Amino acid sequence: MHDKSVAQLIAGLRAKQFTSVELSRCFLDRIAALDPGYNSFITVDETAVLAAAAAADERIAAGEAATLTGIPIAHKDIFCTNGIRTSCGSRMLDNFVPPYDATLIDKFNREGAVILGKTNMDEFAMGSSSESSYYGPVRNPWDSSLVPGGSSGGSAAAVAALLAPAATGTDTGGSIRQPAAFCGITGIKPTYGRVSRLGMVAFASSLDQAGPMAHSAEDCALLLNSMAGYDPLDSTSSELPAEDYTARLGDSLQGLRIGLPKEYFGEGLQAGTARRIEQALKEFEAQGATLVEVSLPHSHLTIPTYYVIAPAEASTNLSRFDGVRYGHRCSDPIDLHDLYTRTREEGFGAEVKRRILIGTYALSAGYYDAYYKKAQQVRRLIKQDFTACFEQVDVIAGPTTPGPAFALGAKSDDPVAMYLEDIYTLAVNLAGLPGMSIPAGFVDGKPVGLQLIGRHFGESQLLNVAHRYQLATDWHLQRPAGAIGGAA
Amino acid sequence: MAIEQDEIEKIAELARIRIAPGQIGEVTQRITEILGMVDQLQAVDTSDVEPMANPLDAVQRLRADEVTEENRRDAFQAIAPAVENGLYLVPRVVE
Repeated sequence: MHDKSVAQLIAGLRAKQFTSVELSRCFLDRIAALDPGYNSFITVDETAVLAAAAAADERIAAGEAATLTGIPIAHKDIFCTNGIRTSCGSRMLDNFVPPYDATLIDKFNREGAVILGKTNMDEFAMGSSSESSYYGPVRNPWDSSLVPGGSSGGSAAAVAALLAPAATGTDTGGSIRQPAAFCGITGIKPTYGRVSRLGMVAFASSLDQAGPMAHSAEDCALLLNSMAGYDPLDSTSSELPAEDYTARLGDSLQGLRIGLPKEYFGEGLQAGTARRIEQALKEFEAQGATLVEVSLPHSHLTIPTYYVIAPAEASTNLSRFDGVRYGHRCSDPIDLHDLYTRTREEGFGAEVKRRILIGTYALSAGYYDAYYKKAQQVRRLIKQDFTACFEQVDVIAGPTTPGPAFALGAKSDDPVAMYLEDIYTLAVNLAGLPGMSIPAGFVDGKPVGLQLIGRHFGESQLLNVAHRYQLATDWHLQRPAGAIGGAA
Repeated sequence: MAIEQDEIEKIAELARIRIAPGQIGEVTQRITEILGMVDQLQAVDTSDVEPMANPLDAVQRLRADEVTEENRRDAFQAIAPAVENGLYLVPRVVE
């Protein structure tokens, strides 16, 4: 049962082919047997998993099941879980056991879904390789010498290795889409404000958004149905009613206009990835869609814009970690200043410190206009590029990343090279748009991701386009050799 | 734009992050590289562009000023490094 889709698992539970306890046990056994090779989980509480599964089985037996009742789901270790350690991949929160649930976790709990475990990630979601975790790097199930992408690399690897049927992630600049691409799975970053940020450890508040990661668009739609919606406790949450994201999955693509930004197919895109993307686009044409060349003329400015705005917001958000109320505290502080500075020296890793310092600089007196205000102005130009494109086309398509997964250690000493990994994904967050990555083939055995970008609150259309592609192709059904077999 | 080592020390102090003396050089170099990349922004003409703080140009929602949360001080202080009589403890601030 470890290789069934979420949709199939829901049907199996309803038909009493297996129980949630059996299903959860299967994934727990697989995690115990295989995860030492991937390091995709930080925390797995077996007792709590089996208790939640037993409760779900009772609910199913009573005929009171909701859609996801009894389905085990892995959660990025950025979502606060009441009574379960939430580390955010950082020494700073190594001892943090939240006294409350994130809204997203609360929604899954109400559905009766089972929290399978908390997945590994780049520290405070700052990274594109899942190497900066305090708990060690995650390895790509397709080739353990490669990174799984990041920052939601643990979630992506867990799904790809069939250690979880589905997972949650967060995406501030590509952190759902890029690991989904590197691990050969499907992931969607919804529109900014579509999923509540309450209880999601904040990185860059005007960019952060949570979304589902699974094998297929259909499974992502099932999860998104439980995640999306207005939350009065998140002041940036959208009041627009959420939809049934499965309703339009099967719609025809006849007449769909797909925009191809010329900037996403130029210099920097690796040839093998380009060929896979071109092949995928032919499938959309075969289904009646029209391909239209479009332009996003400010694309070359997305990385500099992002690397002012995200660190500026991060430096503000991470000021809360002071060693006073929760989290790490240095030992024997000589005074309050020593308590703050040494706690933060010890608690944060190198990349997190760099971003706090850059953000502090960009917001400091004398530099605010030149950096922060300037970046906010260019951010508007980047958003306007998309607005102009969506006057011509319904969705935008292109590569998720310039190339497939790279080797562990290849970029970990060069921040700017690492930042370039997100060249095609950052603009989507700056503009607040929904974006997704779906498997589109392989280059030398390494998965390639096709990115789809939609209009604000256009999640249903993106999932529809992805689902129609997945009905006609089987890239999303390919599995890494190491994931096949084992406990079934 | 190059950034001097003493400027990094000043920022680190503002950010309340101690940087070990042996690491200041490397931190300065990395941040100089990142700021060099960011400096591409200076070439863009943004004279008539309104800064964008929220991608949906949303504004802060207001609500009635009513008590909506219960007091959970005990639960929140249970995870604090040091508390006494309902207060968070820090090193002596006033002599």
